Amino acid sequence: MDWMALSPEEWTAVRLSLKVATVATLVGLPFGIGVALALARGRFWGQSLLNGLVLLPLILPPVVTGYILLIVFGQRGPVGSWLANYFGIVFSFRWTGAALACGIMGFPLMVRAIRLAIESVDARLEEAAGTLGANRAWVFATVTLPLIIPGILTGMILCFAKAMGEFGATITFVSNIPGETQTLPSAIYTFTQVPGGDQNALRLTLVSVAISMLALLASEVMARSTHRRLDIE
Amino acid sequence: MTLAIDIQHRLGRFQLDAKFETGGGLVALFGRSGSGKTSIVNIIAGLIRPEHGRVVNDDVVLVDTARGIFVPRHRRRIGYVFQEGRLFPHLTVRQNLLYGRFFAPDTDRREGFDPVVDLLGIGALLDRRPGRLSGGEKQRVAIGRALLAGPRLLLMDEPLASLDEARKAEIFPYIERLRDQSRVPIVYVSHALTEVARLASTVVLIAEGKVAAVGATADVMHRLDLFALTNRAEAGAIIEATVERHDWAFGLTELRSRAGLWRLPRLDLALGTRLRLTVRARDVMLAKSAPADLSALNIVPGVVTDMAGTGGNKGAIVEIKLDCNGDVLIARLTRYSVERLGLTPGQQIHALVKSVALDRRGLSGSMQGAAGADAEANET
Repeated sequence: MDWMALSPEEWTAVRLSLKVATVATLVGLPFGIGVALALARGRFWGQSLLNGLVLLPLILPPVVTGYILLIVFGQRGPVGSWLANYFGIVFSFRWTGAALACGIMGFPLMVRAIRLAIESVDARLEEAAGTLGANRAWVFATVTLPLIIPGILTGMILCFAKAMGEFGATITFVSNIPGETQTLPSAIYTFTQVPGGDQNALRLTLVSVAISMLALLASEVMARSTHRRLDIE
Repeated sequence: MTLAIDIQHRLGRFQLDAKFETGGGLVALFGRSGSGKTSIVNIIAGLIRPEHGRVVNDDVVLVDTARGIFVPRHRRRIGYVFQEGRLFPHLTVRQNLLYGRFFAPDTDRREGFDPVVDLLGIGALLDRRPGRLSGGEKQRVAIGRALLAGPRLLLMDEPLASLDEARKAEIFPYIERLRDQSRVPIVYVSHALTEVARLASTVVLIAEGKVAAVGATADVMHRLDLFALTNRAEAGAIIEATVERHDWAFGLTELRSRAGLWRLPRLDLALGTRLRLTVRARDVMLAKSAPADLSALNIVPGVVTDMAGTGGNKGAIVEIKLDCNGDVLIARLTRYSVERLGLTPGQQIHALVKSVALDRRGLSGSMQGAAGADAEANET
């Protein structure tokens, strides 16, 4: 099994990918819930525009998304320079940029799953909670949120899986710097480009498959336990 | 407690235009399906914002469109028992029950947890989830949940409509105990005459979005001109009676009212229990002289006070209202019979009712026991 042992460079790529995907998912989650709520329950001008904007990364070529990120969030970009000046947050050629790119690419999947969950919650239960004295925030926290947890978990796992596999937008936005922005897919790509890198590429591919399978299994287990908890047969 | 309502609201092509004022006790909003009853309670609860009008409960203005007042539902302190229960599936029965209590101010926590659980008989269900409850159990929990939120008014929207006859019979006594023991006034929506006759102290009759009549239950039920709006087939007179004697040999129970003595199939009730007897108009026969050699056990004398025919002089059916020593009785006869007997207001008459027509469906009081359940099973 010696051939399965990962080299330090490979380990770095795996760790970085896990970190990038985790941060992308967790930071994206509050925004994802907010946008899903707005799309599912809100009635406001520009709702379809917001919907389109959220779904756009799903349809656009990843390279285009990456390039737009580079223009907007790059060091000279309007948002990028502002964030750098006032908050000290720099995206370009940093792992944070990789997380941003991965988060943006996974966001539509997360929002979609959560939105479907919110739409399947019986609004009459929320009415009932209102008549019992709960204001809107309490209704959300005590009725809506617990009922959409399966959807949130699904959304998080989809987003995480997408972030683990994101390649085009990331490499366009923050390049392919080992130890900083070289995530699993970038590393695999690099190994396929050098002579004798086949075995490295294969090892990382197996790692990638294993992580994805684990994520799917976890979502299955969580979905089942919440269903059991809710007595939904 | 007074509840004053004066609202105009358009729902699609349906125009709601309701104005009434009621006191305490159990007020029934009674009318056919689609007459606008549920919309009215939804406006009271704050689930619908009316286009025009006022809703005032106990001097608290909940809605006044002229002054721009609209109290949001969570600040109204109005309990709502929905037709379908609407229990929270992710919480246990205990958590459901305590949900509203968490938001209630201390001063509104009048009902204790244990007394309410006892009143509704749900002590054994506390650790279960709503998914595992029967329809009747769900409704009892829903009533408890609304009650424990410390409401100043309890709305019940057809709480029995989704239940079968056996489950209805199971819940009736709890609603009666609630009405008699709790200080919370109740607005009860129903299209079922038997429920209203049994439970309500005041009736607001709703027809096509408008209030057709308001008054004490018996007064509204006894108005012949409203029969078309109530439910002609089931309509009749409501009589307050007391259990006087059980005839074990023949399995009969004797009830005493102002009109006289009523015999009916045995009721498992203690002597002295007060209850309401509904005598359907179609079950009453009239005779000019006291008949002998007759199978009907209930014969009470009375005086004709009012007559109303359907369809003027062409209709076949006439409703006759009698005064039987202070009790009202209503009989439905053919116009032919009325002419043959030469019935006129002021005439002395005898009313005949078969005992078996007086079933327990039209009775209030705590009906429990096998005898009653059998009678009902045969009936339906």
